[in-house]
Amino acid sequence: MASKKSGYRAAIRKAKLMNLLKYVIVYSVLLIPLIPILSMIAWLIVQSFSEGPTSGLIPRGFTFENFRFLWHPIRFGLSEYPNIWPIVGNSLILAVGTVAFEIPVAALAGYALSRMKFPGRVATMKLIVALHAFPGVILLIALFYILNRLGLYGKGILTLIGVALVKAGLGVPMDTWILKGFFDGIPWELEWAAMVDGCSRFQTWRKILLPIITPGISAVAIFSFMGGWGEFLLAYTYIKRREFYPISVFLYSVIGEFVFVDWGLLAAVALFYMIPILVFYALTQKTLLKLQLVGAVKG
Amino acid sequence: MKRYVRESPIFLGLTGFLKRVKRYIPGGVSGKVLPFFFMSPFFILISVMWFAPVGITTYMAFTKTQWTITNMQFIGLDNFVRIFTRDIRVVDTIYITVLYVSSVLAINAFFSLVLAIFTTYFIKKEPISMAIRLAWLIPRITPAVIYALLWRWFIDPNIGLLNTLLGSLGLPTPRDWLLTPPYSQILMIAVNGYVGASFGMIIYSAAITSIPRDIFHAAIADGATDLQVCRHIILPLLKWPIFFVTSWQCLSLISSYEHILALWAGGAGVARAAEVEVWALYAYSKAFYASEYGYGAALSIFLVAIGLIFIFIFFRVFGFERMMQPSKVEV
Repeated sequence: MASKKSGYRAAIRKAKLMNLLKYVIVYSVLLIPLIPILSMIAWLIVQSFSEGPTSGLIPRGFTFENFRFLWHPIRFGLSEYPNIWPIVGNSLILAVGTVAFEIPVAALAGYALSRMKFPGRVATMKLIVALHAFPGVILLIALFYILNRLGLYGKGILTLIGVALVKAGLGVPMDTWILKGFFDGIPWELEWAAMVDGCSRFQTWRKILLPIITPGISAVAIFSFMGGWGEFLLAYTYIKRREFYPISVFLYSVIGEFVFVDWGLLAAVALFYMIPILVFYALTQKTLLKLQLVGAVKG
Repeated sequence: MKRYVRESPIFLGLTGFLKRVKRYIPGGVSGKVLPFFFMSPFFILISVMWFAPVGITTYMAFTKTQWTITNMQFIGLDNFVRIFTRDIRVVDTIYITVLYVSSVLAINAFFSLVLAIFTTYFIKKEPISMAIRLAWLIPRITPAVIYALLWRWFIDPNIGLLNTLLGSLGLPTPRDWLLTPPYSQILMIAVNGYVGASFGMIIYSAAITSIPRDIFHAAIADGATDLQVCRHIILPLLKWPIFFVTSWQCLSLISSYEHILALWAGGAGVARAAEVEVWALYAYSKAFYASEYGYGAALSIFLVAIGLIFIFIFFRVFGFERMMQPSKVEV
């Protein structure tokens, strides 16, 4: 009798142990590979307030000195920049330009694809999917030719706008698709009512439908803003004059110089550059996972 | 109007004719023209940024275009002859590309499956699995240059954490992770693996969450272990998502080089010396560092072709529906 009872107990203990073991394995597989990533983020914050280079994650003193670039000229090794703000301005032009080119086009096309019958509608939708799958980055050489032909290369601020245009062109298929989905969710009756009251199709789109899908449009707009803000490859390839570098290319040129690295300053600039992204990341976690699902961010 | 007039063949013919004419009058016939008014900015942008580049890449591959990109000289197949016979980098580049794509794909398609199953099936508390999934998204959200900077710190022999961690485990601690070949390639795989893991994880997680819970409960009640549930219920149902993620990621890996370019900063030679120059990056550096645009285009025409073949296969195998909803589970 007693042995049977202890047998049960042993079995229960064994089951509990197995259960514990299961969770140990699950959590270690999920969390151990995250150590590098989380430590990097921690370092970025620690380093930007540290007086010298950290050793591991341990800071050396506490200072705001690294953020002096916000009001002082910046010196990185051999290069000196009088002021950070024109560079920030370039990044803003790039980001705002991307949104300005991308969203109106996508909103118009998304509406037509959602609500109108025209020959080639299904074919266009298939095309959008195909374009989304097709890797745009391998077209950089030909896009460089097109920028040259359009007279947008080596023209300072115009080149920035050209880069925004290319960025918008590469992103527009997916945005159209997402906005089409938002238009699909609006009941037809609303449009009928507007048209009975004498609105044209365009007025209906402009005055009735756009206000309704503002949340959708702003989500997509934020995504493309972040895309433009974080853009590196296109800007690095097409923008050759230093006074028109966006922050990403500016940082890259500093990293590439090797000569002398002021880690504190570098981390502070990087953290400053990350602020909009962190804010957006904190605000839109749910949407982020959802839009990732439809592939708004390409992998 | 009298009924026999209204139904007479002449009258019907006339109204039909008028209706047909009306279609061709702009303004009054918005039904036919309007969609194209709405679609035209889209089509213009698409033609300039997608169709034209594909055509230009194809043409440029058969030209000698150097220094100034607008000055092309048709030279027939010379670029391709050079790729297959004279270019000594080609074999190495193919080897590095195959290594890169296959290793990163293993992380992106299969390790992400493990992540998804663990966060959705094993961890029952939604906030915890949500937090873990968001943490895995960090590498993807971070701009490429910042991500590269973070890795620069992590691998730094003096102030970074990597060698300290490896040293405490008794593993080798190379001084220069960036430029010592086997280590630089490991680094390349890790850096890109972190970025890609979240894509598969999200698609798989959505698919697993859409499986009715009752199936799991029934299996457990029948005495199945967790491993058996994964093996016999989750995996078979995830057949299409797995296939989708694998092929999709395969295509994007073949053509991706942004993170390699960002981490191995400092010009054309750095990535080449570190032996992490994949095919797409080789094409890029031929064009933009060596100013041999024609040759770069010839190299990238292979990638364009691979892309088109993949898209053809996508439509054949998945069809339109499955491509739009890759995480749909057919129970």
